[in-house]
Amino acid sequence: MSTVATKDKGPGPDELTFEAPKAEELAALLVSKDRPPRPGALSASLTFGWRAMLKIKHVPEQLFDVTAFPIMMVLMYAYLFGGALAGSVSEYIQFLLPGILTMSIVMITMYTGVAVNTDIAKGVFDRFRTLPIWRPAPMVGYLLGDVIRYLIASAVMLAVGMAIGYRPHGGVLGVLAGVALLMVFSFAFSWIWTMFGLLLRTEKSVMGVSMMVIFPLTFLSNVFVDPRTMPGWLQAFVNNSPVTHVATAVRELMAGNWPAADIAWSLGWSAVLLAAFGTVTMRLYNRK
Amino acid sequence: MSGHPGPELAIETAGLVKVFGDNRAVDGVDLSVPAGTVYGVLGPNGAGKTTAVKMLATLLRPDGGAAHVFGKDVVREADAVRGRVSLTGQYASVDEDLTGTENLVLLGRLLGHSKAAARTRSAQLLEAFGLAEAAERQIKNYSGGMRRRIDIAASILNTPDLLFLDEPTTGLDPRSRNQVWDIVRAVVAQGTTVLLTTQYLDEADHLASRIAVIDHGKVIAEGTKGELKASVGSGSVHLRLRDPAQRPEAERVLRGALNVAVQLDQDPVALTATVNGHASDLGAAEQAARALSALAASGITVDNFALGQPSLDEVFLALTDRNARSAPGDGAPHNASTTGVPA
Repeated sequence: MSTVATKDKGPGPDELTFEAPKAEELAALLVSKDRPPRPGALSASLTFGWRAMLKIKHVPEQLFDVTAFPIMMVLMYAYLFGGALAGSVSEYIQFLLPGILTMSIVMITMYTGVAVNTDIAKGVFDRFRTLPIWRPAPMVGYLLGDVIRYLIASAVMLAVGMAIGYRPHGGVLGVLAGVALLMVFSFAFSWIWTMFGLLLRTEKSVMGVSMMVIFPLTFLSNVFVDPRTMPGWLQAFVNNSPVTHVATAVRELMAGNWPAADIAWSLGWSAVLLAAFGTVTMRLYNRK
Repeated sequence: MSGHPGPELAIETAGLVKVFGDNRAVDGVDLSVPAGTVYGVLGPNGAGKTTAVKMLATLLRPDGGAAHVFGKDVVREADAVRGRVSLTGQYASVDEDLTGTENLVLLGRLLGHSKAAARTRSAQLLEAFGLAEAAERQIKNYSGGMRRRIDIAASILNTPDLLFLDEPTTGLDPRSRNQVWDIVRAVVAQGTTVLLTTQYLDEADHLASRIAVIDHGKVIAEGTKGELKASVGSGSVHLRLRDPAQRPEAERVLRGALNVAVQLDQDPVALTATVNGHASDLGAAEQAARALSALAASGITVDNFALGQPSLDEVFLALTDRNARSAPGDGAPHNASTTGVPA
């Protein structure tokens, strides 16, 4: 680094902007006291969703968990269990893909808690909380942004699955219906994480607690195998787990069937999760 | 609230309390801030300034007492309060991952501006704050001074009626600090009330018309700048002696000549006398001159001499010292190195 070279580069980034604020300009800007009407609930939530998109643009690495991780999940479990459980990978993927899709998306939802927690630590939350807007908007915005991430993950997993032999007999409509149901459930389920994000003090503790919840909940389901060979007490848990209902509904929808009971269970669980954890989240958010 | 004969109050608190565990962070604060002024809240780290501001800005619920902003209760009518205030916190309350423009457009949209209006307003503010060049850079690449400016810009997207500035210049170099001061003056000139917290006496001195001094969650002094200064002395005479052995003699001479508090500094040759221009017939400079001649007459060699404004330390020592004296057993900190005025 010679002095000549730095001179040629002109003023550094900081010097460039080191001029004083312009008082007259500022005064002119402050004169207008009229305020536009407050944005509605949907508009505010969508604006926060846009913020999530901007964050993806600036920190694209955060898409790693919705691209590389799902590919790994599909390939790992298909080749690990395929031969033993169903005779071949192409047989097993037919059963596995909708389940592993459900499992992966539900697992990815836990990053929401980490994002909420990081934001709080940085102080930007204080500004959002002093704005005269619909109170849940920042949270709903996160989750709307996350739905985009889940859609990316779903597309990636379906592509990988189809490459190794998955054939959804429900066609495009069946696949879309399955993904849509999964999105609804994930949106509702994510409120558990916004709660932990607000409740716990550090990013690490959010991760730790999330793992404790997510592993039993996703693995103790019918994602990998039919529960009929499990001991009775485990069957009781697995058959009533929301993840099992969602996985079954997604599997059947993509196969071209109409699993009315499982769809109803999935939507019912979604409503319960949203009502319970959404309420707690907003209480914590207002009290924080 | 009953009608006030005086000017409209931007902030009014009565017995405001916030407790964290067994720490009474804010312990019965009464404030009356007239609209259209800069009100300084002065205090050291941990005095409860930020906690008080957070309660007024609806971020924290008070555990006791009441607080009204423009007559609206900060708990029951929080939404109405939020519509009229903005907060610039101690740490940049903007999104570090986004650019300057994106941050301002985001907030503009959340305040109800159309996309086009939000863009226009952002560009104007960035220009006026000298940030146009940095508009498309992420905030995490901004310098400390630039962060404060974008933070304040974000607070005046809609001109607020009340602006909270929580230690806006802590950690800034003198030049950036002056820029922030210029901005504050411009904002106030347009009729916005500013509540400014600071640990620097000269900042409160430059900007505020009234000042409350807070320590351990309590207001220990309140008044106009003149009143506050008069109460703690108008200045300090700092002396450095050639011979440390002469210090006890010098202390005696100074107390005799000025009849004021004399403080023995850490440095064995240094001592400080607080002089009070208002309490005596003589001004601070005359008192200092008298002190010097008294020392010379006693054969004490002074190597170095300075007459300064009271520092925040001295203000606190003076105020907390008096506090402890007027309310014995109150537990207010008492500095052992201060030798008080003979009562």
